Amino acid sequence: MSGSARTVDEIAAAVAADIPEGSFVNLGIGQPTKVAEHLTADSGVVLHTENGMLGMGPLAAKGHEDWDLTNAGKQAVTELPGAAYFHHADSFAMMRGGHLDVCVLGAFQVSVTGDLANWHTGAPDAIPAVGGAMDLAIGAKQVFVMMTLFAKDGSPKLVTECTYPLTGLACVTRLYTDLATFDLGPRGAHLVETFGTTPAELAERLGLDLV
Amino acid sequence: MKVRFPESADEAVADVADGSTVLVGGFGPAGMPYALIDALIRQGATDLTIVNNNAGNADTGLAALLAEGRVRKVICSFPRQHDSWVFDGLYREGRIELELVPQGNLAERMRAAGAGIGAFFCPTGVGTPLAEGKETREIDGRTYVLEYPIHGDVALIGAHRADRAGNLVYRKTARNFGPVMATAADLVVAEVREVVEIGAIDPEVVVTPGIFVDRVVVS
Repeated sequence: MSGSARTVDEIAAAVAADIPEGSFVNLGIGQPTKVAEHLTADSGVVLHTENGMLGMGPLAAKGHEDWDLTNAGKQAVTELPGAAYFHHADSFAMMRGGHLDVCVLGAFQVSVTGDLANWHTGAPDAIPAVGGAMDLAIGAKQVFVMMTLFAKDGSPKLVTECTYPLTGLACVTRLYTDLATFDLGPRGAHLVETFGTTPAELAERLGLDLV
Repeated sequence: MKVRFPESADEAVADVADGSTVLVGGFGPAGMPYALIDALIRQGATDLTIVNNNAGNADTGLAALLAEGRVRKVICSFPRQHDSWVFDGLYREGRIELELVPQGNLAERMRAAGAGIGAFFCPTGVGTPLAEGKETREIDGRTYVLEYPIHGDVALIGAHRADRAGNLVYRKTARNFGPVMATAADLVVAEVREVVEIGAIDPEVVVTPGIFVDRVVVS
């Protein structure tokens, strides 16, 4: 174990470090976009954005926005040398056809076998929105999730079975949280590393057997 | 049929009928055909089904059409945004129907419509509420959901440039749904920034060939 719980930046850095050189990667809206700040130029990682681009660069500087060039969160971005544009059916063929190496998503809940719930809380008055989450979940060769391990009310977000509506079945391969990193798969959650806690403490708080 | 170049956006959408399914290009504001939507608002067609990735931003474009009470149903992947207050209000009051579709299915269902595909099996959404009640099939050990095409009566799309043959090129990520929607509707109207003479667009870089385009207006 390491000394203290990880910050969002530290989680993002850990994700970035695990992305193989030269990968084609999609970063989900929200916290996963921070992973880009930790990817070095010599990693050769190429970022995909669902709205039709490979080779996406950083956010555009204020005053230099081009509103024909935006990311999935509708923020103005930039293009890197070697970038390519394509239409939506091609963009989602890259996901659904298994061409993307890694996608990084946030989540409300993840199950020990890799089920993902990240699009809908199920609250009756909530307006549902799914975007590209279901396509990414089933399409990318590896699905990394970054999130806090416990919700604000203290309930675990790594669970035996998701109670929120699912995004995809058995799709998350690795889970990065403030307190630990896990490998997920058919055999359950395998604890890779803890931060600011011990494996025994963590298993008890989660109420899970960690393999 | 050969592409036409109406004098105005109003003329380009003059014959859109009540009850039409209208495919509207754009991903948020990028690629959104604002002049055509404004013309559709003035034109008055109602009881519309709108297909777009989103359900309107702020108070302009699609949001303005929704605010006029002219849309019966929205088919989209991501209605909820920080500035989708028009849709949010209508939805909470039960005054608009929503068919929520994963974004890849939205694109592929229109691609299927445009390519003459009757339906397709797809892995997205298996085991989720969005596949409930849909036919599934196991193919080579993987489960797929049956999805049907989305065909438009009309497509309103934004492109960067057209030539006099109706060939279109787009600019950066404003391309998004435009090329797919252009194949998937009976009447395709493109709003472009400029129209150039035949020969001024290199045939090698044409994204939407003119066969898919019925009308072009400059905005």
